[in-house]
Amino acid sequence: MSAVMPELLTSTHVEKMKKKKPPKRYWEETENTDQSQRRPEEEEGKAGQNQNESTVKERPLKRKNDERLEKKDPFPGEAPIPHKQLQKFQRGEKCKVPAGARRRLKEAITSSEAMSEHAQKQAARYDLLLPEDAGFLEGDEDEDTNTISQDDIADAVDITSGSKYFSLHLSQFGPYRLDYSRTGRHLLVGGKKGHVACIDWQTKDLMCEMNVMETVNDVKWLHTEAMFAVAQKRWLYIYDSKGVELHCVKKFNDVLRMQFLPYHFLLATASATGFLQYLDVSVGKEVAAICTKMGRLDVMAQNPHNAVIHLGHPNGTISLWSPNQKEPLVKMLCHRGAVRSLTVDKTGTYMVTSGLDRKLKVYDIRAFKPLHSCFLPAGASCLSLSQRGLLSAATGDIVQVYQNILGSSPVSKPYMAHRLRGQIWGLAYCPFEDVLGIGHGEGFTSMIVPGAGEPNFDALDTNPFRSYEQRQEWEVKALLEKVQPELIGLHPEQLSKVDQASFEQRHKEQVEALGFDPLAKVKFKPKTKKKGRSSAGAIEKRKRKVAHEDQRDEIRQSVQERTEREKELKEKSNEKKLGNKSTLDRFRK
Amino acid sequence: MATATSSEETLFNDDERKHKKLLEAISSMGGRKRKKQSERSEASVQVSEFFVNAEGTGEKVNISDLLGTVEKTSGASNKTKKQLRNLQNSKGTLALPLNKQQTEKIQRGIAYEKTTKENQKAEQIVFPLNQESSGPKQVEQVVAGWKAQTPLEQEIFRLLHSNSQPVNDPVLTPVEEASLKAMSLEEAKIRRAELQKTRALQSYYEAKAKREKNIKSKKYHKIQKKGKRKEFLKQFEEMVKTNPEGALEELKKMELSRMEERMSLKHQNSGKWAKSKAIMAKYDDSARKAMQEQLQMNKDLTQKIVVPSDDEHESNEEGLETVPDFVNDPEPIIDPVNPWMRGQLTHEEPEVSCVTTDEPQTAEQENEEEELIGEFERKRKLRQADEEDLIPTEEQKPESEVVEEDVVEVSDKEEEEDEEEEDVSEFNTLFRFMRSEKTLEEDEEGLLNEGQIRVRNIEDLEVLAEDVDPQPIAAPSLPQTAVGEATSEPPNKKKSEIDLKEVLTKDAKVVQVPFLPTVDHDEQISIIKEAFAGDDVISDFIKDKRKQEAAGKPKVVDLTLPGWGEWGGVGLKPSRWKRKRFRIKMASSPPRQDRKLPDTIISENRNTSIASHQVSQLPFPFQNTAQFESCIRTPIGQTWNTQGVVKKMTKPKVITKLGAIIEPMVKEDFINKTTTSAGKGPAIMLGENKRANKGREWSSAKHQGRRGSQKRKKQQT
Repeated sequence: MSAVMPELLTSTHVEKMKKKKPPKRYWEETENTDQSQRRPEEEEGKAGQNQNESTVKERPLKRKNDERLEKKDPFPGEAPIPHKQLQKFQRGEKCKVPAGARRRLKEAITSSEAMSEHAQKQAARYDLLLPEDAGFLEGDEDEDTNTISQDDIADAVDITSGSKYFSLHLSQFGPYRLDYSRTGRHLLVGGKKGHVACIDWQTKDLMCEMNVMETVNDVKWLHTEAMFAVAQKRWLYIYDSKGVELHCVKKFNDVLRMQFLPYHFLLATASATGFLQYLDVSVGKEVAAICTKMGRLDVMAQNPHNAVIHLGHPNGTISLWSPNQKEPLVKMLCHRGAVRSLTVDKTGTYMVTSGLDRKLKVYDIRAFKPLHSCFLPAGASCLSLSQRGLLSAATGDIVQVYQNILGSSPVSKPYMAHRLRGQIWGLAYCPFEDVLGIGHGEGFTSMIVPGAGEPNFDALDTNPFRSYEQRQEWEVKALLEKVQPELIGLHPEQLSKVDQASFEQRHKEQVEALGFDPLAKVKFKPKTKKKGRSSAGAIEKRKRKVAHEDQRDEIRQSVQERTEREKELKEKSNEKKLGNKSTLDRFRK
Repeated sequence: MATATSSEETLFNDDERKHKKLLEAISSMGGRKRKKQSERSEASVQVSEFFVNAEGTGEKVNISDLLGTVEKTSGASNKTKKQLRNLQNSKGTLALPLNKQQTEKIQRGIAYEKTTKENQKAEQIVFPLNQESSGPKQVEQVVAGWKAQTPLEQEIFRLLHSNSQPVNDPVLTPVEEASLKAMSLEEAKIRRAELQKTRALQSYYEAKAKREKNIKSKKYHKIQKKGKRKEFLKQFEEMVKTNPEGALEELKKMELSRMEERMSLKHQNSGKWAKSKAIMAKYDDSARKAMQEQLQMNKDLTQKIVVPSDDEHESNEEGLETVPDFVNDPEPIIDPVNPWMRGQLTHEEPEVSCVTTDEPQTAEQENEEEELIGEFERKRKLRQADEEDLIPTEEQKPESEVVEEDVVEVSDKEEEEDEEEEDVSEFNTLFRFMRSEKTLEEDEEGLLNEGQIRVRNIEDLEVLAEDVDPQPIAAPSLPQTAVGEATSEPPNKKKSEIDLKEVLTKDAKVVQVPFLPTVDHDEQISIIKEAFAGDDVISDFIKDKRKQEAAGKPKVVDLTLPGWGEWGGVGLKPSRWKRKRFRIKMASSPPRQDRKLPDTIISENRNTSIASHQVSQLPFPFQNTAQFESCIRTPIGQTWNTQGVVKKMTKPKVITKLGAIIEPMVKEDFINKTTTSAGKGPAIMLGENKRANKGREWSSAKHQGRRGSQKRKKQQT
């Protein structure tokens, strides 16, 4: 006890001493830290000098006096935008004003550059308004996430999410194809033996159910949940959400697979006779009918980035089609056996294919190069990519979900797996939900896949919670903004480019007509000067000065780039040495 | 009606005139006529620069008289002083200054050029100019329009006023305001010009009045009076509509004249002239008419004028109408001093009329000036305050540092796994595995129930994998087809281009699955058989690719005509030189996009459908396509941008207010612009005339006053 007492005493004494000082205010602290943040180099530089404590103590006192006189904004100016975020919204390369540019050109370039920079900054700032984040499944130590059963997940999550794991037992008209509407609210299922039903799957409201008394090959929602297309045994039918037959399109026969291009209002169909046809659903006209000469077309996918249709063929090739060209844009040999299924990711960067050779391949579809392939013991009959890049593959009666498959390194084991009864025939992720819909021989199963859906939706484009009126409004706007089928091509950004071929042609004609090239760079002509300064030597000298100007510019640029790169590297290495600094470091003593 | 002061003035003028006359008479006696010297007593516009007199005496004006003060003033620069000194010494006569019209024309020209250039550069132009900004107003502006209504408020304000305390702008006292109101040079110039103008106008008016007064003709005055009366009536009618209070005052005046009329015997046909006319009237029509006119005049003048101006008046008058006329007669009051003559309490004191005296008018004008200047002052103050607010933030800006997150880039590593086996042998293994499974299955078939599903597990697979020995399949032989025959080049070259080994070489990685699928053997085997039924996939593809390449190759055009210039016939070939001469090779096409991708065929067809939507001609200021493309790379639609950015990007070049008249720009707009845009500096100096000849500077400086006083000059917008 006696040992403790003096300590206590001293401690109380110290407290009393402290009480005499004025209480510290929060802004003093922030001000100090802010100052230190602003000039880290200075602080570091002075760190060595400020060994003696007296100088260190004096400075904060002075500052305190200043602060009483006027409160300063500790964070003046606009809030800084992280470089990473800015880069996310960058569109193309900046254009520099050329050296000898005229005034109008200079103005045009500078103003447009300023505007695009402003737009980029604003977009980066507004990115703050997308607060939702995707979750994912995380196993314990030495526990594979793929061994966690759906029942366990459904029990663990909240009731609303838990109710998203359900299955419909429809064993009579089996196997089922399915399609979710673009907003993710509505589900359309079509059994091979003619059963078609549409459901508001979250409330489990049955919108319509019928039997078309014919083989159903595929079902697809059109632009809204008010209409859907059913590829039946002979012809293509269009029904409304109450099940009333609106159209029987006899021009489209023996359709096996369908894809709907939402921004073009085109329904693309692939038939057993080898025809790829496009139906404009806004005007009800056939836009294009292409004979692919590739046999039966029962593998089909669309690239959401550029609306190009991908078809898989029995000879292991995949062909890319647009309605504007009678031959395939690209033909790729992907598998030794027939292609069984393929899918393209949302950004149009990756394509995943599976073939009869039991391989699953990931392609970079921009460069048409394979990234990696893996061998699935049973091969994948159906593939589907979620909005956030989760791949689901149906191998027999098992659905496997793979994470990070679009990266550079191949995966060794699936993220999740789920067994079903009966062969799987349809597979689709629900947009904006962590749900994977599976159509199989025994009906339909909705499976929870954490981290599958995009958490932030664009309410002006696809709003899952939109009302009837909003839907009407959206429909009108979407129709007004409809993209013409002529614009479909491998490179959608081509529209913003100058038509080089016709430009060159026209330029050539112009040069012929004028007798000189108006766009050619004007040759430097030295001015004649008086008083003997225009001698041949002097002129030559002046000419040479100008002649190497461009070259010098280039060299200067390259040198600058190099130095910048070196600087960055140095900074990085420095950071590594110091360790990562976080904002919380300032509270450390 | 002449007031006392004006009569005094006229007296004085008369004296002066007499004196002048005397002087003239004396001078005329001398025989030789002296040159008359105009004397300037008032500042006016029409002072000629050619007659500058010195002090009214007949002396000549020397330059030194004009420039003597320049030496003493501290403001003038040494350079101008020196120039002026030189000028003084020079003997040559000066060139005439440009006349007014021409100088104005030059000024207008300069102003036009400057503004048009500015307008071209401006991002947005808003018409009409000098619009009041909508939206929230400054507190001072709002308070200025507010009036004290309740007694308490009024009392407080009275107190404040009596102590000359600031009311609207509580920050500044009147003294401070006055100090702040110190004029800028520009404003001083404007103000001086205004004053000069008013003074000149005043002198004109005086001169005119003097002249008119001297006219003796009765007829003239009669007509004048008549005209005035008519004018007055017209004005009065208008006034009733627009300014009822003013009209009421006028009414009072009329009432007064009516009283006078009633009191006097004028127009009563009782005078001498009237009596004589009355005799004549029996026989003379014109006399009768004149009498009638007189009576009519009397009637008109004595008639009571009723003007419904206010509700109160109306009700009053309605009440009064029932009463006979004579009761009213003394009722309308003029004399405010006499309490017995009180009629309506609300009447204000009649102001002294300002027809003959000019002092109040000028005072009004001065008030207007004060207001204008005050407004300028207020604006300037606001702007200064704004600038003061702005400056510190700008200073602080560069200090803020962006804390950047370091970008972790995912390096694009080429996969270089060391997993070897599992290459092409998959099919072999699969076959074997199938066969073994089949036999197994056949053995167990009896034991299995129909509804049950057989599930393989990992151990099974591992055991199976061990059994399998990987055997590489020999690459399918390349069929030497007749494709190469079409072209003269040997097929060896192509072999180097596409190697069969390059196609589909990616290593596959086996994925481990927790549970394995149920196997439907018959189905699977049938599928595999189907897969292998279509023979060699790879060679087919290569054939296809070659065909495509050959189709894309430029063809040789053969223009040889057999038998032309040499013997022709069956079995004869055109000679070698001829073939060389007439076989034209087309230019080689650019290299194929898929030349480095062995398992890809990319169509080389140009997409013509999009061409109609593309820009094919470079717009004006751009020199190359890269510049133009980078300028249109940012979309302007709402889908890709935030709302504010879209608005900014699509804002119209010119905004006009609906229904507002867009007046042509005047000088004042310029001056406003130059004073408001302090940062840029004045765009144009209207008061100064730039001329090459510097020697004329003195005369142009003298002109300034005049130019400033000129009425609003219409400038081109």
